[in-house]
Amino acid sequence: MAVASVASVLQQAPVAPASALEKRLDVPGGRPPFPVVEPVAPLLPGGLRPGSVVAVQGSMALLLALLAAATAQGAWAAVIGAGDLGVLAAAEAGVVVQRLALIPRPGPDPASVAAALLDGVALVALASTDRIPPGARRSLAARARQRGSVLLPLGRWPGADIELDCRAEAWHGAEAGHGRLRSREVVVRAVGRGAAARPRTARLLLPGPGGPVGEVLADLTIRAVS
Amino acid sequence: MTPPRVVVVWCPDWPVVAGAVAAGLAAQTPAAVVAANQVLACSAAARAQGVRRGQRRREAQGRCPELVVLADDPDRDARMFEPVVAAVEALAPGVELVRPGLVAVPARGPTRYFGSEPAVAERIVDVVAAQAGMECQIGIADGLFAATLAAHRGLLVPPEDSAGFLATLSIAELHQPAADRAALVDLLHRLGLRTLGAFAALPVDDVASRFGLDGVRAHRLAQGLDERPLARRDPPVDLTVTRRFDLPLDRVDAAAFASREPAQQLHEALAARGLACIRLGISAWTEAEEQLHRVWRCAEPLTASGIADRVRWQLDGWLTSRGSHRGAGITLLQLIPEEAIGGQALQRGLWGESGEDDERACRALVRVQGMLGPEAVLIGVLGGGRDPTDRVRLVPWGEDPAPARDADSPWPGQLPAPSPSRVPARPLPAAVFDDAGRVIGVSGRGKLTGVPYRITVDGNPPRRVLTWAGPWPVEERWWEPGGGRRCARLQAVLDAEPAGPLAVLLGCETGRWKVEGIYE
Repeated sequence: MAVASVASVLQQAPVAPASALEKRLDVPGGRPPFPVVEPVAPLLPGGLRPGSVVAVQGSMALLLALLAAATAQGAWAAVIGAGDLGVLAAAEAGVVVQRLALIPRPGPDPASVAAALLDGVALVALASTDRIPPGARRSLAARARQRGSVLLPLGRWPGADIELDCRAEAWHGAEAGHGRLRSREVVVRAVGRGAAARPRTARLLLPGPGGPVGEVLADLTIRAVS
Repeated sequence: MTPPRVVVVWCPDWPVVAGAVAAGLAAQTPAAVVAANQVLACSAAARAQGVRRGQRRREAQGRCPELVVLADDPDRDARMFEPVVAAVEALAPGVELVRPGLVAVPARGPTRYFGSEPAVAERIVDVVAAQAGMECQIGIADGLFAATLAAHRGLLVPPEDSAGFLATLSIAELHQPAADRAALVDLLHRLGLRTLGAFAALPVDDVASRFGLDGVRAHRLAQGLDERPLARRDPPVDLTVTRRFDLPLDRVDAAAFASREPAQQLHEALAARGLACIRLGISAWTEAEEQLHRVWRCAEPLTASGIADRVRWQLDGWLTSRGSHRGAGITLLQLIPEEAIGGQALQRGLWGESGEDDERACRALVRVQGMLGPEAVLIGVLGGGRDPTDRVRLVPWGEDPAPARDADSPWPGQLPAPSPSRVPARPLPAAVFDDAGRVIGVSGRGKLTGVPYRITVDGNPPRRVLTWAGPWPVEERWWEPGGGRRCARLQAVLDAEPAGPLAVLLGCETGRWKVEGIYE
């Protein structure tokens, strides 16, 4: 009798092997990280970790590139306060725009809107971060950690898990009236905390030909230099 | 069994009357409504000149050269008829709209109320003339068919006498606008049955075997029986749920508690009629005598908890938002089902199956809509068009995400990918200069009038142009008088040190440059 009840208790709360434990400690609520597209992956090893804060500086296209793979896998994204986001560019970057909610005018208190969205939307981007007081920043980060969402501030965010800084290097395709803009070469620098403290840099095409983020091919760099 | 007494209100030549009123013609102008080259209806003035129903247009115009020909438009006829229906409905409940121009009412109620049938007829004619400004004729008889024919003649047929009234009438009367029986009437005529009475005298079995179901229906009509009973149009039942609070609600938790019960009541009232709400109106009166109202439109029919959630969110939004009503408690709450659909016709989720993630996201977005208003949460819908602004339509979340224009049609002049990642809601004014500081425009042939060297955007200090592409002329709707649009687009890469090169999309229209997009 006692044996049977112990077995049933074990069934209700299955024991995880130690190898799985490590993974689950890393991930709040046991949720797997949100995927990112291949060229961005070296900057974010393991993808977008649920509960983290990833600050994006200097490029809207970089934000769209981060949202692309996750929305394609069924996650929802919301962008607060960026009224000029190019939805067409988002679609070209690979974002599923049906799952991209835009809140262009969040009113006087964008932090409360972000808090409400972090409850249910997996990826929440927040523009004009300088209007958020430090206390509200901390509570938003805590909210994201608790709900397993990712907060993506567009701008400076002290205390972010990872800060991505994008710097444009060159535009390819247009030449004194001929051709058209085809791709932009950028250098993205990722600085994190803890395990990710060592800065990483990646040279990307953002946007690449046709819209999605691409990797810089060797021959292209040579042509750009010549 | 004798069918019930029916009052029929008939406006003669209704399509012509409606068309003439809509076109602003005088009453005595000869006019005719023509569809498929045949006269469908004509005015009395035209009829006096020999125009008849069923004539070809040319023949009608030959007989009456000043004839005004009006297009056939059932929508217009129905729309113009609504005041007449409303006027009749004000006198007698249970109005049935047979077709524009003809409306039937059960005679029993108004006859008892106004005393006699002639009094009812007189009253209706007066009210329709006074309220709707239309002339009408009244017929009262047993059954809709007999009453309609009586209305054409302006008769009150005594009770139990409809068969006798019909017996002498021509067999051609079976052919009414709503029921096309031209072939049957023609056949009966050739068989020697010239009156309705002669047709009614045939045994019903023989009629059924020779003429089929439609023949039986016509036979019933000729006998003075009803083809079908009257179906009433009752005013829609008011399902609005109203709650008055003795203690004004001024706290969110109290509002949350108070919203549950009316939501349940509304849902049950709708469910009892096989309905589900897809547009919910929420009204509240505050202590400060202020009325607040907001309509929630939902992609999926609302359940009881869905209604309660929205009421709670809305009250939460009103109680906590800034505004003049801040601090004033809510004294009265009304839930109005603005639009309902059949409970079985449950709409699919907007994007296929609703998963758990979708549901959580839904709740969060709806919550934000409660805080900021339904128009605050937008979803982009991609459609056809030429520039990045045209190709995207932002719809409030929950509304039908139909593209405005077909994306698959060819759009010559469309900009190829990549598109600007930032599209200012209002294009920023810009100016393009050459190296001598002269302003550059685009010539009529679509060429730049110089080599771009510096560009200023929105009054900021000028920036060097590193390179550029274009211009590409775009001409839209040039075939429309006054609706055409000519512009030229230019992509320019600006030197924005220390941030690196910055590319912008410029549009030049009527000599003015504007930044339409930023590649950031």
